Amino acid sequence: MPSYSYQPFGYAPPPELSGKTPGRYPVAIVGAGPTGLSMAIDLALRGVPSLVLDDNDVVSVGSRAICWAKRTLEIFDRLGVGERMVEKGVTWKIGRVFHGDREIYSFDLLPEDGHKMPAFINLQQYYVEQYLVERARDFPDLIDLRFKNKVIGVAKLPDGAAASVETPDGPYRLEADYLLACDGAKSIVRSALGLEFAGRLFEERFLIADIELKADFPSERRFWFEPTFHAGQSALLHKQPDNIYRIDLQLGWDADPERERRPENVRPRIERVLGRSDFEIDWVSVYTFQCRRLERFVHDRVIFVGDSAHIVSPFGARGGNGCIQDVDNLGWKLVAVVKGQAGQGLIDSYNDERIRGADENIAHSSRATNFMTPKSAMEKMLRDEVLDLAADMEFARKLVNSGRLSVPCSVAGLRLQTPSPEAILDPGAACKDAPLRRAGDDVWLLNLLGGDFALLSFGEHPRIEANGIRHIHVARPGEGELQDVSGPAFERYGEGLTYLVRPDQHVAAAFRTPDAASIRAAHRRAFDNSQTGQNP
Amino acid sequence: MIDLGRDHLGADGDVFYAALLKAHEGFSPEDSARLNARLVLILANQVGDREVLQAALEKAMERFHS
Ligand SMILES: Cc1cc2nc3c(=O)[nH]c(=O)nc-3n(C[C@H](O)[C@H](O)[C@H](O)COP(=O)(O)OP(=O)(O)OC[C@H]3O[C@@H](n4cnc5c(N)ncnc54)[C@H](O)[C@@H]3O)c2cc1C
Repeated sequence: MPSYSYQPFGYAPPPELSGKTPGRYPVAIVGAGPTGLSMAIDLALRGVPSLVLDDNDVVSVGSRAICWAKRTLEIFDRLGVGERMVEKGVTWKIGRVFHGDREIYSFDLLPEDGHKMPAFINLQQYYVEQYLVERARDFPDLIDLRFKNKVIGVAKLPDGAAASVETPDGPYRLEADYLLACDGAKSIVRSALGLEFAGRLFEERFLIADIELKADFPSERRFWFEPTFHAGQSALLHKQPDNIYRIDLQLGWDADPERERRPENVRPRIERVLGRSDFEIDWVSVYTFQCRRLERFVHDRVIFVGDSAHIVSPFGARGGNGCIQDVDNLGWKLVAVVKGQAGQGLIDSYNDERIRGADENIAHSSRATNFMTPKSAMEKMLRDEVLDLAADMEFARKLVNSGRLSVPCSVAGLRLQTPSPEAILDPGAACKDAPLRRAGDDVWLLNLLGGDFALLSFGEHPRIEANGIRHIHVARPGEGELQDVSGPAFERYGEGLTYLVRPDQHVAAAFRTPDAASIRAAHRRAFDNSQTGQNP
Repeated sequence: MIDLGRDHLGADGDVFYAALLKAHEGFSPEDSARLNARLVLILANQVGDREVLQAALEKAMERFHS
């Protein structure tokens, strides 16, 4: 019995079927998963309307993604749902790794204070999607959410894309200037365009179960290699809200998924993990994991975002978290292009920047999955010896890989960033949060940055010709209108520096002497307009 | 005391481990053992310190005494 009650979102016949609208939209989004919904909200916050089509009318069935990383929460906060998620979610930052029944190593994902968002929360994907749908409904004039609208075909047009859509009342066709494929791992848009989804499958099966249990296990990630309760394999335990626990059990490649899914086979396995039987099974699935990506994410006016563009195995929680970084990267760029402030080149930079992110995520998830599932006697032997040496050798503990957890991807060195040797936080990095005070109130740096370009200075107030860009000046404790409280902001950014920050809160450039010409050049470059000389 | 436990690879540890697995991919057990033998000899020369090598050898042998 699932504890979450699924409320259908409701279907309304689309206006096209009564011939009312022209059926041409600036942006059509295929898929209302975490990616498509976040995308629509980001565009709406920037004033661009979108149409969202989803084949279903409920949130994700089963909890699927549960671990949401700090950067994702910061992005969700910008979209207006982060605080709600943190309130509902289980906050954690400590991970423990066991070999057999012995703890060999633990890690702290956020050892420093002074961040609004925690290192991680665990929150079922159905809550994440529910909150996003509710947030999307705050923009009735900008977001047209259409459930039970299944896209069955997509074709590229010279200046956009066309989609064929099936509804309970019959089919219709629509056109869009931009079509965003947010339709998940089995993307129909990808197959309609005949694009290859290259990568690999891991020959291993995992049982993933959410169970309801009244227990007071700590809010930590616990991972076992070869525990006595699940001999020879690996196991993972996570705590979720509503007394739900996530258990992942490695089963081996020979396991029969149909058989393993049956409650009479699942229960005894879980009983051995927990050493008790007073639990209910909420959701169970048997997975085989893959790491794949498209060669390009941008195909003229059709843009792939999220799982339609790349998938990873879940160890490290880099799937959904990678998707939200895609959204963050694309939102402001697409809007600038739609509004005529930048050329298509800015959208191409999404391709380059997020392929870097996808490759990072694929590399980390593949290595973790390989470590977990040795494929030859030699691999198994190396793994065994790493685990054995890990008992008393630090270097071996560092090699133990149960998943390297999602961190923001830096786009350093890619073409929108201006090299700035003096920067403390390098161009390309995501800005770090810090607690500040303004007129007696506590405020967070990332909340002040928001979603527009900003100049951000620390220390002495520099004379800046800001070129129309917002200027946020952080003074020493006790000095200006907006102050650092105890040093973290100055430590993280460096006194005397001014940063140009992109709308996705990544650093574009840093200046020791922020003169108007350098700011203008860096700003243009961040819009990919340095060639054309066009003003952003 | 020679500290053999200290980590010198940092984030490169994962990269090296992946490269090591890749090198062994598709090898017979004998070829794998041969690859490891060559690697040990090359790395020993890189370490270039008889005392460190002796300590490493003893640490590696621990597994076989218990
Ligand atoms: C067991 C498991 C555990 C995971 N754990 C984590 C985790 O802890 N952390 C993490 O970050 N990620 C995790 N992930 C990954 C995460 O679930 C995905 O990355 C995420 O759901 C992708 O979001 P998306 O919106 O791109 O795609 P989806 O969530 O797949 O959404 C796609 C949407 O498009 C709709 N759609 C599909 N086809 C059509 C069509 N033809 N027409 C209209 N609509 C269509 C679907 O109904 C769906 O609503 C996990 C995944 C699994 C399977």
